[in-house]
Amino acid sequence: MADNQKPKSLQEKMEVNIWALILGVAIVVSIGGLVEIVPLFVIDKTMEHKSTAPEIVWQREPGAALSDWKAGDGIRPYTGLELAGRDVYIREGCYLCHSQMIRPFRDEKERYGHYSLASESMYDHPFQWGSKRTGPDLARVGGKYSDEWQRIHLRAPRSVVPESVMPNYPWLQHAQLDGERVAKHMTGMRTVGVPYTDADIAAAPATVAGKNEEDAVIAFLQVLGTMAKLDDNKVYRE
Amino acid sequence: MDARAEQKYDLGVVRWFAVMAVVYLVVGASVGVYIASELAWPVLNFDIPQLTFGRLRPLHTNAVIFAFGGCVLMATAFYSVQRTCGVRLWSEKLAWFTFWGWNLIIVSAVITLPMGLTQGKEYAELEWPIDIAIAIVWLTYTFNFIMTIAIRKSSHIYVSNWFFLSMMIMITYLHVVNSLAIPVGLFKSYSIFSGVQDAMIQWWWGHNAVGFYLTAGFLGIMYYFVPKQANRPVYSYRLSVIHFWALSFGYVWLGAHHLQYTALPDWTGSVGAAVSLAMIIPSWGGAINGMMTLSGAWDKLRTDYTLRFLIMSLAFYAMSTFEGPVMSIKTVNALSHYTDWTIGHVHSGALGWVAMVGAGALYHLVTRCFHTEMWSTRLINIHFWLFTIGTVVYIVAMWVSGIMQGLMWRAYDDYGTLVYTFAESVEAMHPYYAMRAIGGAIFLTGAILMLFNVLMTVRKSVAEGKVEQARTTVLASA
Repeated sequence: MADNQKPKSLQEKMEVNIWALILGVAIVVSIGGLVEIVPLFVIDKTMEHKSTAPEIVWQREPGAALSDWKAGDGIRPYTGLELAGRDVYIREGCYLCHSQMIRPFRDEKERYGHYSLASESMYDHPFQWGSKRTGPDLARVGGKYSDEWQRIHLRAPRSVVPESVMPNYPWLQHAQLDGERVAKHMTGMRTVGVPYTDADIAAAPATVAGKNEEDAVIAFLQVLGTMAKLDDNKVYRE
Repeated sequence: MDARAEQKYDLGVVRWFAVMAVVYLVVGASVGVYIASELAWPVLNFDIPQLTFGRLRPLHTNAVIFAFGGCVLMATAFYSVQRTCGVRLWSEKLAWFTFWGWNLIIVSAVITLPMGLTQGKEYAELEWPIDIAIAIVWLTYTFNFIMTIAIRKSSHIYVSNWFFLSMMIMITYLHVVNSLAIPVGLFKSYSIFSGVQDAMIQWWWGHNAVGFYLTAGFLGIMYYFVPKQANRPVYSYRLSVIHFWALSFGYVWLGAHHLQYTALPDWTGSVGAAVSLAMIIPSWGGAINGMMTLSGAWDKLRTDYTLRFLIMSLAFYAMSTFEGPVMSIKTVNALSHYTDWTIGHVHSGALGWVAMVGAGALYHLVTRCFHTEMWSTRLINIHFWLFTIGTVVYIVAMWVSGIMQGLMWRAYDDYGTLVYTFAESVEAMHPYYAMRAIGGAIFLTGAILMLFNVLMTVRKSVAEGKVEQARTTVLASA
């Protein structure tokens, strides 16, 4: 330093020493994230199936296939067809207009159903809660409409909902699914922690054979919110 | 003076970043106006996959944040760090690598996003190979900036550089952690996080892309360009120290307020909301610090159009940093979340603050780096009013539609049943979506005028050989 004054305060020390400033900033900007994020991985109360409601997750018998699951049996990994539909859902940016996160309010309960639980999206890599409802919430849309309605709606939304501003998706019906690719995606999901068995992955190409992207999206939409049976009188979360 | 700067500093890379920033402003705003129109008139989706709202919306956000915002930040940081440190960039070659790298990333975004190649996380849509490129180029930018400070001739590090530095460090953390994913194909990957943890990490990223990239970084711009353009020292050194540390510490916590009443534990959302409220203090401290820099020189606003952009941006900054904490209050958030109010809030920050302060800084940069006055000052003034009016029209439309949506969704009749179907709320939005598209179009017109004015200025400078003259003038040794 050219001047002969010694830095007095910590602030001044950092103002004359770039490495000290970098260290100071790196520490200060780390705190908030660490405090808010790390506990979510370690506190069991974050996930309902680890605290108040272990029954909401599908208790899979050894050797059981995904196809043995019945609606309401509990939260399970997506089937190959549903996962392929979810990939299309993400590709088309559906999450930019549709949330999948029902809040615990009276009007949302009447409109969409029981409020969403954290455990319900534990196999969602990435999460699809969304941030905007240009269209309605889809967290419990499964089973609300027939497959046929969904098909017509995807191809031409305004033919069934005149006020809708959703784009038409006529190209989905012409895109055949690739079984090998679906299997590969399931393997990737297993790497990030989704409990697929070898048999699940091996069976995937057969389950999507002859299906197209429209079938896949409909399968995905129809399973949303139907996995766990929730009890209206039970307190899942404080 | 001009010749001295040209010979003493690396201005070439700054010139290119500055011009590209204006180009991307027009591109990003055009896509914005288009997708806004799609929501008003869905026929504009044309049944073409690459033109649908869902695929173009990520292109819009990436173009304005990373293409426009990024180029502004790189131009201004590379310029002001040299001026405040009294040295050339540590490495000119590395700066050019940053320039070409960043622009290639932008081109790859323009290609891949409309194709539907996305990670599905807002503002972090780009797939893993591009994410890796972003990390590398971002680190070269950061490293060059830090090394330039390390070899500085001045004794103290100027305040604008603290803000730039804070942004660079935080964005590195955020980008790396939020983008962690397992590839399952060349352009397909799955986030390693899921559900509630992924949501928190995403909004830790999402709100800090706003808090650091678009706020801390642009405050760095404010702290250099406002005093320069006004020819006054920063109003209060003490305030800037408080502003800096409180902002760097506090912003990080805010992401959780995006997830109130969701399946995120209540404590996390509440902590996020509490810190959000407290953030009014440093934010307003900063806005006051910027505005009061003009004290005693307010008359300059009458003649200096560039200064108008800078000061108007601070007014919008103050407004949106008041609005944000209000929206994070639980009862307000219950109404505003999921509605257009959020979109309006983002745009009062993005159009009113980021684009305004960016435009002011760019006008300053273009005249300093091309060694000539702007081609037309009248156009700057028209641009200023188009930006201001366009922004106001946009955010008013979104306030009305957002609050209306929120109220319609929760309206009950005397028998205790919901009054409106969801579809009825969509129908009610139509006039406001049209109004928003018009506001956006007014804003876009301003951006186009700016691009025209900047290109004419560059042409004038090139025709008169200004840069060459500045480079070859023999300076009297000072």
